[in-house]
Amino acid sequence: MKSFHIGGVHPAENKLSAGSPIREAALPRQAVFSMFQHIGAPAKPVVQKGDTVKVGTLLAEAGGFVSAPVYSSVSGKVNKIDAVVDASGTRRMAVIVDVEGDEWEETIDRSKSLVRLSDRPDLDSKTIVEKIKNAGIVGMGGATFPCHVKLTPPPGSKAECVIINAVECEPYLTADHRLMLEHPEEILVGVDLIMKAVNVTKGYIGIENNKPDAIRLMTEKAKQYPGIEVVPLKVKYPQGGEKQLIDAVIGRQVPAPPAIPINVGAVVQNVGTAYAIYEAVMKNKPLIDRVITVTGKSVRNPSNLLARLGTPFQQLIDECGGLPEDTGKVIGGGPMMGKALLSLDVPMTKGSSGLLIMNKKEARRAEPQPCIRCAKCVSACPMGLEPYLLSKLASMEEWETAEKNDIVSCIECGSCQFTCPSNRPLLDMIRVGKTTVMGIIRNRAAAKK
Amino acid sequence: MNVILIAVIVLGVIGLVSALVLYFISHKFAVHEDPRIAQVSEVLPQANCGGCGYPGCSGFAAACVKAADAGSLEGKLCPVGGQPVMEQVAGILGMAAVASAPKVAVVRCNGTCENRPRNAEFDGAVSCRVKNMTGMGDTGCPYGCLGCGDCVSKCQFGAISMDAETGLPVVDEEKCTACGACAKACPRSIIEIRLKGPKGRRVVVLCNNKDKGAIANKACKASCIGCGKCVKTCEKFQAITLENNLAYIDAEKCKMCRKCEEACPKGAIHGFNFPPRKPKAEEPAVQSTDNTPNQNVEPSKAE
Repeated sequence: MKSFHIGGVHPAENKLSAGSPIREAALPRQAVFSMFQHIGAPAKPVVQKGDTVKVGTLLAEAGGFVSAPVYSSVSGKVNKIDAVVDASGTRRMAVIVDVEGDEWEETIDRSKSLVRLSDRPDLDSKTIVEKIKNAGIVGMGGATFPCHVKLTPPPGSKAECVIINAVECEPYLTADHRLMLEHPEEILVGVDLIMKAVNVTKGYIGIENNKPDAIRLMTEKAKQYPGIEVVPLKVKYPQGGEKQLIDAVIGRQVPAPPAIPINVGAVVQNVGTAYAIYEAVMKNKPLIDRVITVTGKSVRNPSNLLARLGTPFQQLIDECGGLPEDTGKVIGGGPMMGKALLSLDVPMTKGSSGLLIMNKKEARRAEPQPCIRCAKCVSACPMGLEPYLLSKLASMEEWETAEKNDIVSCIECGSCQFTCPSNRPLLDMIRVGKTTVMGIIRNRAAAKK
Repeated sequence: MNVILIAVIVLGVIGLVSALVLYFISHKFAVHEDPRIAQVSEVLPQANCGGCGYPGCSGFAAACVKAADAGSLEGKLCPVGGQPVMEQVAGILGMAAVASAPKVAVVRCNGTCENRPRNAEFDGAVSCRVKNMTGMGDTGCPYGCLGCGDCVSKCQFGAISMDAETGLPVVDEEKCTACGACAKACPRSIIEIRLKGPKGRRVVVLCNNKDKGAIANKACKASCIGCGKCVKTCEKFQAITLENNLAYIDAEKCKMCRKCEEACPKGAIHGFNFPPRKPKAEEPAVQSTDNTPNQNVEPSKAE
């Protein structure tokens, strides 16, 4: 069975909520829409305090090409535009809406009927990308890179195939798994749309082998969609990493930055993104909700919720049986790459794929011990880096040497730290080093100009 | 016998030829270094801390010699050696020493465990830089001291240490050389290299919080809320500016009247090394102990 070739680890899967169907979360009383729900320039608010908005009303427009607009997921009145603490732990601009009723914009098609690409011959690649751009769709796997940017290949490069990331390699998370089981056809139409947008005829859907039901269902349904192939993959973390997935599915290696996947002819999109693209293009529905997994060993009722963006995390936890008493940490995202939250008042955003509640025992990080030079981190690193060295270089502030050792290639997957028998905080330091070195590179480029 | 003789002669000739080549090369490619650089270097403290802004002591020595040739030692200061060393340097170079005011590192945060409650627990790597990447850190203040001691580990002179009770770094003014290593190490730029002031007396806003008043107030009991009361009391000297909801006292303009300290509703402004305040009735006595002219003038005007 296929998989990527360098490094990787296999954490306990713990897919507690895999059997629980997606259910709709209740409307929040107040929804908070951060202007920083994507990578790139922040969105610019176009509403004012006191404005009445409906579900699907534009709240903020894109702040540049690498940016995305934000739409209201609720109807009501704009309470204020103010800085609030978001999932990043910093205080940033957001539009806060007091919810009244549930009124939708009339342009949105709320019917459940399936619209295939063959039903809409008027759609050409430009219109599709334009619709995706206007709907504010970003990478839903958690990276939140504006979707239309990836679908607009830079001059001189040509896409050869589309790869759909349905790997969901993060332990605990099951949102993509449930989405495939419940909306397979919509996803496949979404893939068709992406293929049409970048003018290719080949699409792959990479699914890890721990979801046999999804592989079976998708393979069967894909028979009606020529060009789309489901690729079962061996379970290994971080297979959902863009570069790892390309290696696993088509066997090509993306060179070190500044090279991007399009340089090897691949366009990678998350399965959740494909679903959102279907809704945006065929149903005129901007990105206003998403599936989020709320899970944890002590959670009474681990679930997959279809929740409106801007809903506070506290409410989502309440829907799943409330915050357990022995909670030690609440993580936004999966256990490997997610970030511990400072507060539960933080609203969910376009990139919120999961909410993991760890009990006190799980949450405690073990005391770091001296490095024993076992080189487990080196064998685990999926990018072929030397994590022990990079972490040391970062703590010694040897930025030049760190740059020479390709610290910017790090995808921050955490495999090194996971595998370290001495519990060393490798990624903590590497992250500091990566941010600093990237800053140095940016300054150098700016100075050259 | 013959073999030994040949060996000796051959080696001797090779040695002679190499010596000639080396002699020639050493003359032809000799690098002339100003002898004064070595002399200046000798009197410098050899801490190689970089506090002067040059790479190490020899770099600073070269810069001093260059500056002396240009005519003035203005702006050249070894913060570690201070005025005595600079006088020695000036002597070697045959220049007059430029007077410079001594400086000291000031930790502009008073977010003690008591003033600024912890609302989270940080269990990552013990490093301010790592902690700073979590956003807020473990308190509600995104501008305050993170307390992991990056500054302590960077100080070569043992002048800064963590106070376990307050969770804040404390600067030993005797040992501090104002080299600035701690200020550079702080990811939140809390530490400022500031004029030490006459008799070590200075008035500083001990806060770095640029949030709006209500938010800053909630995060920390001792935060600057940007109310601007201090700015009003200092209208005469214009030493205090308010920018981004944060007051800043210009050390060069400050006349040490300490009125702002009294005016601050949050107690964010602190005077360092002033004699303890006496009760109001005995205020004239305070004046007599002070010989700074402004302090003699100020209280009488206030009354």
